[in-house]
Amino acid sequence: MASLIACPHCGPRPKEEFTVKGDAAIARPAADAGEDAWYAYVYLRDNPRGRHKEYWHHTSGCRRWLVVERDTVTHVVYAVLDASAQGETA
Amino acid sequence: MRYSAFSVFLNALRGNKGWQPAWRSPVPKNHYDVIIVGGGGHGLATAYYLAKEFGITNVAVLEKGYIGSGNVGRNTTIIRSNYLLQGNNPFYELSMKLWEGLEQDFNFNAMVSQRGVLNLYHSDAQRDAYTRRGNAMRLHGVDAELLDRNTVRQMLPFLDFDNARFPIQGALMQKRGGTVRHDAVAWGYARGADSRGVDIIQNCEVTGIRREHGRVTGVETSQGFIGCGKLALAAAGNSTVVADMVDMKLPIESHVLQAFVSEGLKPFIDNVVTFGAGHFYVSQSDKGGLVFGGDIDGYNSYAQRGNLATVEHVAEAGIAMIPALSRVRVLRSWGGVMDMSMDGSPIIDRTHIDNLYLNAGWCYGGFKATPASGFCYAHLIAGNQPHETATAFRLDRFSRGRMIDEKGVGSQPNLH
Repeated sequence: MASLIACPHCGPRPKEEFTVKGDAAIARPAADAGEDAWYAYVYLRDNPRGRHKEYWHHTSGCRRWLVVERDTVTHVVYAVLDASAQGETA
Repeated sequence: MRYSAFSVFLNALRGNKGWQPAWRSPVPKNHYDVIIVGGGGHGLATAYYLAKEFGITNVAVLEKGYIGSGNVGRNTTIIRSNYLLQGNNPFYELSMKLWEGLEQDFNFNAMVSQRGVLNLYHSDAQRDAYTRRGNAMRLHGVDAELLDRNTVRQMLPFLDFDNARFPIQGALMQKRGGTVRHDAVAWGYARGADSRGVDIIQNCEVTGIRREHGRVTGVETSQGFIGCGKLALAAAGNSTVVADMVDMKLPIESHVLQAFVSEGLKPFIDNVVTFGAGHFYVSQSDKGGLVFGGDIDGYNSYAQRGNLATVEHVAEAGIAMIPALSRVRVLRSWGGVMDMSMDGSPIIDRTHIDNLYLNAGWCYGGFKATPASGFCYAHLIAGNQPHETATAFRLDRFSRGRMIDEKGVGSQPNLH
């Protein structure tokens, strides 16, 4: 994993300041969406070998939720955006 | 050739020129009754038990690297069956019983060493939790002993008993737990399976799964198409990659776990010891190196290497438990890719495709489970019925609310 994450608010920060939540593609279903949708939301994650977008929380920094796009094989970080810039919140 | 003290003696007399490779390197046939994807410990054990216990010998094990290059050669070699929950305990105890007879069974020295596993506790609450787990183990017929502080001090005087934050109050011990030489497990199962007719095909990566009329007909590989009657996945950290080939989404994330070995030291840790106030576990190999590990790194990864921050974290936990470790030099570290499931427990089940079987989600507890995993998976593949000790490891348990969550942390794989 890259040692530094370029937080859009704080600049390059050690990755130990962040908490990884995981797959940023999941979206919370409506309350009445049914069991299958809720099962998928709670238990299924994208787990690609390669490019992946994830929620990272800058726990020891600005405490914003970020979306980090990186490669799960090479650990290269491609982009770091504030989660709200994606129109999503975790 | 059967290995024995006599065969070692005879071969020595003949200048050790009579030894044969322990398994063949066959060219894949066009079709097998069963193809197992993944030549790790579980895949090889499955092939071995399929051939030995269930008489199915027209089997191929496809391994994308070489035998022993994955997690079976990348763990801390610990075996134990000290589980709390109903769905887990009988399964892991079956595994322990198989370990106990394994070397005679597959005629290979796996250096099974039942040196005892001690889980330290550091508070009254933790003692109560360990008492509960020990009682659950004993109710299942598994050995467990609750040791007080003085008993542990006599066994392991070098621990930091009076640590200001985490004083050691005692330990839960499973005497039958211990360590096994992990490479020998892969080699022993490979040799045992091969001698019964199983083809072990190394450097053969599965790149696609061919289906017709809702059934699997074979796999595309780096060595061409190979047909099969049944397809059994045992791809560990790459389980979701293989499952993607049949549009199956699994409740699994892949994470990297590191392990470490120190320079050789004189014998001082006789058992396997785990820290109760952090995640750290250590034993001493027969060569004298300390073998130890801690938590997963915490982010999705398919890279078989980890991060320095985790190295530091593991070292801190180790020194908090055994201050004498502070000047020990680490010789090697390595990383393995873990298939972390959503409840921390594995899956051995059939799938939505009739002749496709799944063995996955071992998190970082797969090594100790190797014999039972192979046995139960072979049982499932041969007869389409789960083995009686593996009935809880269902793929649909998440949607049915039947999780087996030993740690109780919910569907957050990097916390298991």
